[in-house]
Formats: sequence, C-alpha cells, structure tokens
Amino acid sequence: MGRSRPLRVLKTAAQLAITVALTVLGLLAVTFFIGRVIPVDPALAIAGDRAPEHVLQRVREELGLDQPKSVQFVRYVGKALQGDFGHSVLTSNPVLDDIQRSFPATLELATCGILIGAGLGVPLGVWAAVRRGGFADHAVRVMGLVGYSVPIFWLGLMALVLFYAKLGWVSGPGRIDVAFEYSFERTTGLMLLDAARAGEWEAFRSALSHLVLPASLLGYFSLAYISRMTRSFMLQELSAEYIVAARAKGLSEARIVWRHALRNAMVPLVTVIALSYAGLLEGSVLTETVFAWPGLGLYITNSLQNADMNAVLGGTIVVGTVFIGLNLLSDALYRLLDPRTRDTR
Amino acid sequence: MSQLPVTRRAVVQVGAATLLAGALPLAARAATPKDTLVIALAFDDIISLDPAEAFEISAGELMGNGYERLLRYDVNDPTKLLPDLARSWKVSDDGKTYTFELKPGLKFASGNPLTADDVVYSFQRAVLLDKTPAFILTQFGLTKEQVKARVKAAGPLVVTIETDKPYAPTLVYNCLTANVASVVDSKLVQSKDKGGDFGSAWLKTNFAGSGPLKIREWRANEIVALERNENYHGAKSKLARVIYRHAKESATQRLLLEKGDVDIARNLTPQDLDALAANKDIKTTATPLGTVYYFSLNQKNPNLAKPEVREAFKWLVDYDAIGATLIKNIGVIHQNFLPMGLLGASKDKPYKLDVAKAKALLAKAGLPNGFKVTIDMRSIQPVQGITEAIQQSLKKAGIELEILPGDGKQTLTKYRARTHDIYIGQWGADYWDPHTNADTFARNPDNKDDAKSKPLAWRNAWDIPELTKKTDAAAIERDAAKRAKMYEEIQAEFRKTSPFVMLYQQTEVAAYRSNVEGLKLGPTADTTYMFLVSKK
Repeated sequence: MGRSRPLRVLKTAAQLAITVALTVLGLLAVTFFIGRVIPVDPALAIAGDRAPEHVLQRVREELGLDQPKSVQFVRYVGKALQGDFGHSVLTSNPVLDDIQRSFPATLELATCGILIGAGLGVPLGVWAAVRRGGFADHAVRVMGLVGYSVPIFWLGLMALVLFYAKLGWVSGPGRIDVAFEYSFERTTGLMLLDAARAGEWEAFRSALSHLVLPASLLGYFSLAYISRMTRSFMLQELSAEYIVAARAKGLSEARIVWRHALRNAMVPLVTVIALSYAGLLEGSVLTETVFAWPGLGLYITNSLQNADMNAVLGGTIVVGTVFIGLNLLSDALYRLLDPRTRDTR
Repeated sequence: MSQLPVTRRAVVQVGAATLLAGALPLAARAATPKDTLVIALAFDDIISLDPAEAFEISAGELMGNGYERLLRYDVNDPTKLLPDLARSWKVSDDGKTYTFELKPGLKFASGNPLTADDVVYSFQRAVLLDKTPAFILTQFGLTKEQVKARVKAAGPLVVTIETDKPYAPTLVYNCLTANVASVVDSKLVQSKDKGGDFGSAWLKTNFAGSGPLKIREWRANEIVALERNENYHGAKSKLARVIYRHAKESATQRLLLEKGDVDIARNLTPQDLDALAANKDIKTTATPLGTVYYFSLNQKNPNLAKPEVREAFKWLVDYDAIGATLIKNIGVIHQNFLPMGLLGASKDKPYKLDVAKAKALLAKAGLPNGFKVTIDMRSIQPVQGITEAIQQSLKKAGIELEILPGDGKQTLTKYRARTHDIYIGQWGADYWDPHTNADTFARNPDNKDDAKSKPLAWRNAWDIPELTKKTDAAAIERDAAKRAKMYEEIQAEFRKTSPFVMLYQQTEVAAYRSNVEGLKLGPTADTTYMFLVSKK
C-alpha cells in the first residue's frame, strides 16, 4: 500500500518486541504468584526442620519474605532485568550458573531426541499415509499408540534393563563414565561437543553411549506424535486436486509424494516439530530421573518442591524464552515454505 | 527440499540403518577404577558444605569424612569417645571448664598448621554465624555475646571451653563430636571473608578442612568428588578418590550396582534389596540409625486430647504386620523415643494390635462409635504404606482416618504451625546423646503459640511442665549410670501418656559389590567413614 517497506519492517519488529516483552512479563507474574501461593515456607528449605525460630525469622527477612508480595515482585523483576536471578537456596550457586550447567544437559538430550523423532517420524508418517489402510499404516499406528500410552518412566526402566543391564549395548544412567569425569574441560556443557573439541574420543564414545538410550526414548515419544501428525497432513494433501492433476500429468509417484504433497504438508508440520522440540527442552522430569540426567527438568522440579523460587523463576524464564524463540523460528520458516504468507499486506 | 527421487524402499532402508546404528554396542565395559570408590546416593538434600551450616544427612557424611573435630564417638561402641584432633581432655571439678590438648604437628589439607587458634575460631564462627546447627553449641551458654570469653586458647595447643552450668560431661563431649564442632582452616576461611561473613558464602561450596578426604567438588544433583588428603595426620585413605553420583531412583541405583558402574548403592527399596539377595556379587550391610518414625496426635483437637484416646491409638497399630512387611530390611519396630544405641534407650515394647482394648478405652472417653480425624502424610514410602495400614486398623475401632497427602516441605510447614490433627513423620538424632531426642519429645518449656522454642512436644500442644523438669535434670546429671536410669523413667512415662505413637527405628542398608572392603555405616551420617574403605 502507501507505506514504504522499511517502515513496515520496523512496525513488525516493534510489535514483535512488545509481544515478547508482555509474554515474558506474564510468565514472570504467573510463576511468581504460584510460587508464593503454594503452602510451603521457603525459609524451611534453607534452614531445615531443626532451625530455631529466630534463625527461621532471620532467613525470611534475608529472602525479603516479610515484604508485601507486590514489593517482592517488583524487586524481583527489577533484578531479573539486570540479569540477576539471585542465588538458588538449594545449591548455593547463582541461579544463572545452575542453569548454565543444567540446560546444556537437557539441550543435548532434547536435540538428539528431536533429530531421531523427526528424522524417523516424518518418513514413517508419509509411508503410513501412502499405504493408508495397509499393513504399514497399521504398524505405524500401533507404534504411535504405544509411544503415546506407555508411561515413559516404565519404558525407560525397561529399556535400561534390556539394553544396559542384559545386553550391555549402551552405558547406563548418568552422562559419562566416572573415569572420564575430569578428563576434559567443559566449556559448553554439551558433552559430545566438549569431548570432541578436546580430542578425547574415548570420552566422546562414553558420552555418546550414555546419551543413546534416553535420546532414543525421547525420540520415540516425539516420533509417535510427529508420525501421526505427518500422516494426517499428508492424507489431506494427497486428496487435493493438484495431486490428481500431477498424476494426470504422469509424474512418478515418488515425485508426487515427496516433492509436492510433503512440501505442502511441511508447513504445518514445522510447527508440530518446533513445539515438540520446545517440549523436550523443558526437560523431561521422568526421563531425567530414571537416567540420573542432571538436566533442567529435574532442577526446576526439585527447586519447586523446596519453594526455591529464584531457581524456579530463572528456569521458567529460560523455558519460556525457548518456547517463544522456537515459535518465532517456526513462523519464520512458515514464510520460507509457504509463498502465500510472504508479504501480502 | 530434497531433489532426490526417494522411494519407499529407501525410507525403510534409512530407518532400519538408523535403528541398527543406535543398537551398536557402544558401551566400553570400564569397571570403576580400583583406587576410586563410586557411590550411588540421592544427595539432593545438600544445601551447604559449611560445617557451621550443613545439617542435612548427605552433607553430614561429607563433613564426617572431610572435617575433624576434637573428639569422635566410637562407632563400634557409641558410649566410648575417641581422640580426633585432641590428644587428651578433662573437665574441672566444678564441672564447668573443659580443657582439650591438641595433638602436635597437625596440618590442614591446605598445608596451614592446625592450632588452638583454629579451634577457637571455628567455635566462635559457628556461634556467631548462628545457622541452624548452632544450637548444639549455644545450649551450653556459648551465646553470641559470651562465646569469645568462654572459648579460648590457653596455649598454642590448648583449648578451654567454659559452660554456663555443670552439664553432664557425656552430653558436652557428645555434642562436641557433632559436625558443627568441626575445625575449619581459619587462615584460609578468613582470606575468603566477604563483608564480615566469616567466609560463609565461599565455604558453602568449598572446603577448608583437615580430614582424611578433602572435598574437591560438589555439583548439585550430579556429583560430589572427594580426594585423599595427603596432609592427614592419621592413616591415609586407601582410596585416591570417592565419587558420589546422584541417582534418585532405587531401580536406577540397582541397575548401576549390578552392572558394576557403582560400587555402593545407598537408597534401595526393600523390594530391590530382596531382589539383590540372590546376586552373589552383591553384599549388604546394615546399621540401626538414630532415626525414629512416629505419628503424633495434636492436643488442640479435643478428641485427641483425651488420655484414653491417646492410649487407644497405641493399641490400634498392627506393629507385627508393619514390621514383617512394610519396613522389612529398613527398620525395626521400636516404641520409645530414644533410638537403641543411645545412653538409657529402652527396648520395652508393651503395645500390640488389640482392638477390644482400644474400643473399651474409646468408650471410656465417651466415643464408643469412634470419630473422624485427618492425618498429614508425606507421599513417600514406606510412610504411605504405613499410613494406609494404620487407616485400616483404626477403622476396626470406628475411627475414620482421612489421609491428606503432601510433599515433605508442605506437610512440615503445616506441622510446625500445629494446624494438623495427626502427623506422621520421623526424627533423627542431632548428636549422639539422649538429650537430643528428650529435648524435643519430652520437653516443652512454653506451650503458648508464640513460644520461643518449638520442640515436637510443642508442635503437638502437649503441655508437660513436670516431664520438662525431669528432662532438664537428666541433662545435668554427671553420673552416667544415674543419668541412664533417669532417661529410662522418662521413657516409661512417655510410653504411657504421650500423644506420640512410636513406630520404628530406621535401619540404613547399603548394598555393595563384593570387592569392596571395610564399609560400615555409622549410626549418624557423620560416622560413615569412606576413608576406611578399600577395593580388591
């Protein structure tokens, strides 16, 4: 229309910034007040059950719990804006340090999980759609149903018993063998990357063999969802008129399925995959428990149970930011994949 | 997008290849190194490594291995004392001045010499910081105002401690074996002082001790690494390293142990212990702990306040069934507030399930048809199972028990505000002396809502001026035999009249690989000595 392109970009950017800011603020507010409403005395987590009254009282004052909730909230947001999330009372570390330690563990696991989940889930979904009603379709459906309905806790344990204890194909719980614990420097916190950079290939192998099982498990769960979604998106596309037209033109079946139908199905699928990934990045508490994986999910849960609010809020902001970021990313990919969403205003 | 003509066959092939790649034997079977002991332990309770602050079970074990104190109690006979830093100790005739002579030539792990000044600094530091465990020292009158005058160096290797009353010497010595009386490297800690905090921010996550093992690193919920201290004055640890790996799940710990990825598993359920019994590569060791489990009746509830009702509850627990099933391997039925092993602990067990007797008592209390009441319960085993068992047996006498499950901190918050009806929980000895439990179960100096001290008797609104006097008297009885007798009397009265239904004493069990030698769990966390362990 009348306005120039730079101005429009600026406006979009401003809108985006406001949306993000409001979302983060909302996130902060909700978490903060839920944290203050749960019937747990945070001072108790620090001082313990044996603490005399005057010690507990002092701890409450140190935490600022004697102030009105609104004051506490404003104080907290102010500090958070300066990048200071405070100290975790449970680990005695700055919350930021804790997150820098636990998030990479989850990131590594979730990334491998989603690669497996999407890498296998999409082709399986396509296959099921092409073979609709056939054996392949049923097989994929059963696999998906099992993935949906079996408790991950139980499946994780069974996988450990089989692949770790009985067959000895992979390493067990934990991120790396104790022998390699101090054999290389952890700069990024991503074990595979750090070990590879240090050229410690034995350690790399150990980290990989610890990672395979939990990553496959998470991969399987996202696979279940992604393959179902792929199948239904594909069925929609395959019954569309342009497919009939393509067939009439005599294009090969493979080209029709992969070039035409999947390309269009990919658009909504990107959102599905991005959200699955975001879900994994929150940290799967149960998987992390079974595999003794020191990730973000365990960190946040443990903190929440002890009313360690600095840690909970810090963790929530990270998770929230990841969610928002991945949403923005999938929006951007939309534009790339779907010409109709490009510049229509 | 892919330009390649991808066929279905290709999809299957790629999928199968990925699956196969995932299944390739990746695990290099590296057993744990011989000079390294690896322990699976749920240590998410640790919040600090500072002995003046740490009061959690897992932290206690680290303190016991990393820090020394003047004395320790003998794990094999807890009534005996052993020298640690002190070479000799004595108490003055008036019973108020204690003198300790240190061993010569002591050194911290840092290399700094350990002298009387370090002992004095450590005691003053603990009292002035006034964190949770400080009461163990302040109860002898070593208050913030007094501590500098009362704990002194009388020479480079001589420390004197003055108490405000002539306490039972056993009580004072026993308290000095506690973690809070650990000696820290005063030079090192003072160099880390930030704004007069006695280096407390630093010491929370660092180490300044002289014990046989030094704490190298604590990564919360992940790993704790200990290393041999070459400067230790006694027999050096045979192990070069002790690594604790955090694993919360019993099933996970069991798998790690069976595969040999850990040498010791510490948090196994009775079921997993049973399953391991058949494995000849695995052994177990058990020790009764200073922890007792109980449920208690809030005296603010008019029904529960009736003496007959209190007694009726004690006859309405199926102790035998609980002992044989729910706490098999992990506890022993015990009906007294003093755990076995403490001076004067009674093993009398008068109560058993007797519904008829309980019904008669309820009728006498004017409640022949029973009543409704709630219990706050932490949702963990075996507490949950025990609570359900009690719910069943109470029903037989018409008492309808409603279970309110919660998280540990949540039920505790309510208990401490004494707004519960019934609470089920546990209490562990803070130091190895009967006063620790008597002080909380049988002493309630002020039953008002705003009382300064709030022991367990207070939390259940049990007003006991007479029993409180008896408990105070036992704390200053200097004759150990007489003192033991006094505690027996207090326990007898407690068994009869208290609103506490004592259930069992906890047994700690560890399962370990058969090549591990010298593992013995102590009755308190700080006496489980990993530096005495070796591997074949």
